[in-house]
Amino acid sequence: MSPAASRRPVAIASFAQSQNVRRDQERNEVEGLMPVIAEVFANIGITKNDIDFICSGSTDYLIGGPFSFVAALDAVGVWPPRSESHVEMDGAFALYEAWVRLQEGDIDAALVYSFGRSSLGDLNEILALQLDPYYLAPLWPDPVSVAALQARALIDSGRATESDLAGVAARNRKSALSNPKAQVAYDRSVDELLSEEYAVAPLRKHALPPITDGAAAIVLAAGDKAQQWTDHPAWITGIDHRIETHALGARDLTRSPSTTKAAEMAGVGDGPVDVAELHAPYAHQELILAEAMGLGDGVSINPSGGALAANPLMSAGLIRIGEAAARISSGSAHRAVAHATSGPCLQQNLVCVLEGE
Amino acid sequence: MSERCAVIGVGQTKHKAKRDDISIAGLVREAAKRALEDAQLTWSDIDAVVVGKAPDMFEGAMMPELYLAPALGAVGKPMFRVHTAGSVGGSTTLVAAHLITAGIHKRVLAVAYEKQSDSDAMWALSVPQPFAAPLLAGAGGYFAPHIRAYMRRSGAPDHIGCMVAVKDRLNAVKNPYAHLHLPDIDLKTVQDSVMLWDPLHYLEACPSSDGAAAIILSAEDGVTDGAFPPAWVHGMAMRSEPTMFAGRDQVNPQAGQDCAADVFAQAGITNPRAEIDMAEVYVPFSWYEPMWLENLGFAEQGDGWKLTESGATALDGDIPWNASGGVLSSNPIGASGMLRFLEAAMQVRGQAGEHQVDGARRALGQAYGGGSQFFAMWVVSSDKP
Repeated sequence: MSPAASRRPVAIASFAQSQNVRRDQERNEVEGLMPVIAEVFANIGITKNDIDFICSGSTDYLIGGPFSFVAALDAVGVWPPRSESHVEMDGAFALYEAWVRLQEGDIDAALVYSFGRSSLGDLNEILALQLDPYYLAPLWPDPVSVAALQARALIDSGRATESDLAGVAARNRKSALSNPKAQVAYDRSVDELLSEEYAVAPLRKHALPPITDGAAAIVLAAGDKAQQWTDHPAWITGIDHRIETHALGARDLTRSPSTTKAAEMAGVGDGPVDVAELHAPYAHQELILAEAMGLGDGVSINPSGGALAANPLMSAGLIRIGEAAARISSGSAHRAVAHATSGPCLQQNLVCVLEGE
Repeated sequence: MSERCAVIGVGQTKHKAKRDDISIAGLVREAAKRALEDAQLTWSDIDAVVVGKAPDMFEGAMMPELYLAPALGAVGKPMFRVHTAGSVGGSTTLVAAHLITAGIHKRVLAVAYEKQSDSDAMWALSVPQPFAAPLLAGAGGYFAPHIRAYMRRSGAPDHIGCMVAVKDRLNAVKNPYAHLHLPDIDLKTVQDSVMLWDPLHYLEACPSSDGAAAIILSAEDGVTDGAFPPAWVHGMAMRSEPTMFAGRDQVNPQAGQDCAADVFAQAGITNPRAEIDMAEVYVPFSWYEPMWLENLGFAEQGDGWKLTESGATALDGDIPWNASGGVLSSNPIGASGMLRFLEAAMQVRGQAGEHQVDGARRALGQAYGGGSQFFAMWVVSSDKP
């Protein structure tokens, strides 16, 4: 409705994430979150009493029980009672809700967090239940096979080769070597990766995300509060999200029109992009997303290693925003794009543009 | 900086035990289409869709909003999914309303539903989890001891809960969308029904329903000339408190008190009983009416049951509560909170038909969830703020 320029300035003031691991057996969700919440406050020397609104993202299907977010609130300690909300979505969408809330001007700071232990169940079964409950889920399509359909369509379109997919994987895992939180990092050649067996053709193991347990948190602050809390706030200059139809057969899986639309609404093309953190769990999806957003050769994509280096479900999108903000805050980038996805084959996409002072 | 926000369309399904004639997508679309018709709008007039429902295991579909995108006309638009336990229908409405008050969108469709017959809520609530006490008795078993504590604390006589059950079920007879229509119910029928969770009889508990609710929220410049005037939002608030905490009072939760204080302050209300014309409050088990009367400040501590006993909360009383029949008469869990917000709006728009409270101009909608630690509320009025 109102143009982006009239939005209240809101910045990422602090970001923290857990170590991303294959299986965290020693700690439950609350115990995994507590040090992350403590760190995100300690980074800027605040406490929960400085926070006006809390929003989290998680899904009950990882823990296999109802209300997984209820106990997780104990990681913050909401006493006295707090204004709080939860989305059954990636934490990036929780950040969106908090950003909207901060636009009204009556409150100045929000805590956003997300968590999930992907190791607790069998993701092939769990994510099948995310599909149409009448026509698709009863067939139990596993997420790798669904993603492979998309990769096959992309290769058949002539816009990518298996070698391109391996190139994406090699670059992300190599970047991950400098990310201390990464789960999978290595320096291997494209040829070496292409010698792997297919997991589900045309996807080899290198093109798949790892299974990751992890959590992340961000503090959003508006205007003066952001300036007061940090010398290097990463300002959100645009944020938008869009969804496509669920029916895989009704979509051109090689394109991401929802990403294009969200990027346009967030103003990605309004200036040069230095860094893009794209939530692309499968290697071929990075190619689709970069094309959908019109990111050119000069853009550094996924310096963190992206979701190929660590893919904690429900947090991997929020981490993209945190990693992009970290590049702004460190001064290594002036303008960055962060992206989060949800649903099969990039069905739903969020795009966020961040800028330094 | 905050924009005005109005309800310009509402829709709901006929709530019943099994809607086996229709899919989840068909159910939510039925409510959404009725809301569009009420607002005299089409799908293309909607800028964003916000969906809410209680735990996904209640139907066995993970993040079902993804599958619902085309059925709700959301393709190419922002679509959002809220989950805050039983208060979710209320929170979903508030998340959608904030998209208006923050100036992000002009018109937003909020939809909430539960299709309980697709799965088994009692099972979904009772899955054993490590290091957590199992909730094998379901929600009623959880709340019954707190009701007993309320009775002991307030000295309320045993029949108060049964009175609420009779009042709400007789109100429901006047609401064509209500699940339970029990025109012959009386105090003795309720008292003679089987004891489920002492002190709660069978007829003092909510039903399991399939159903959906939809609300269209609009900025001032998006208000349409529908058949009914808009309901303006005068206040909205959410509060949460910890589940396990030695200092918690589950009979009169601090989060509920704080949430009410916030929403009333926004609406300029100092005496809710005098200044509010009716309230739709989440009462899934009969005794929560007197408990919430006190929690929300309609009665002094210990006096809530006296209001109920005096008939003040009846349809012809001075502060009618749950004129629609409430959660006791229809309980599509995820939608139950939104129905409270929706019915409050219907009342101030004058569209409640047989269960219309005469002259209602200002109404409260309240929802709570979990073990009484999540609260969502709004105040709506026929007057522009």
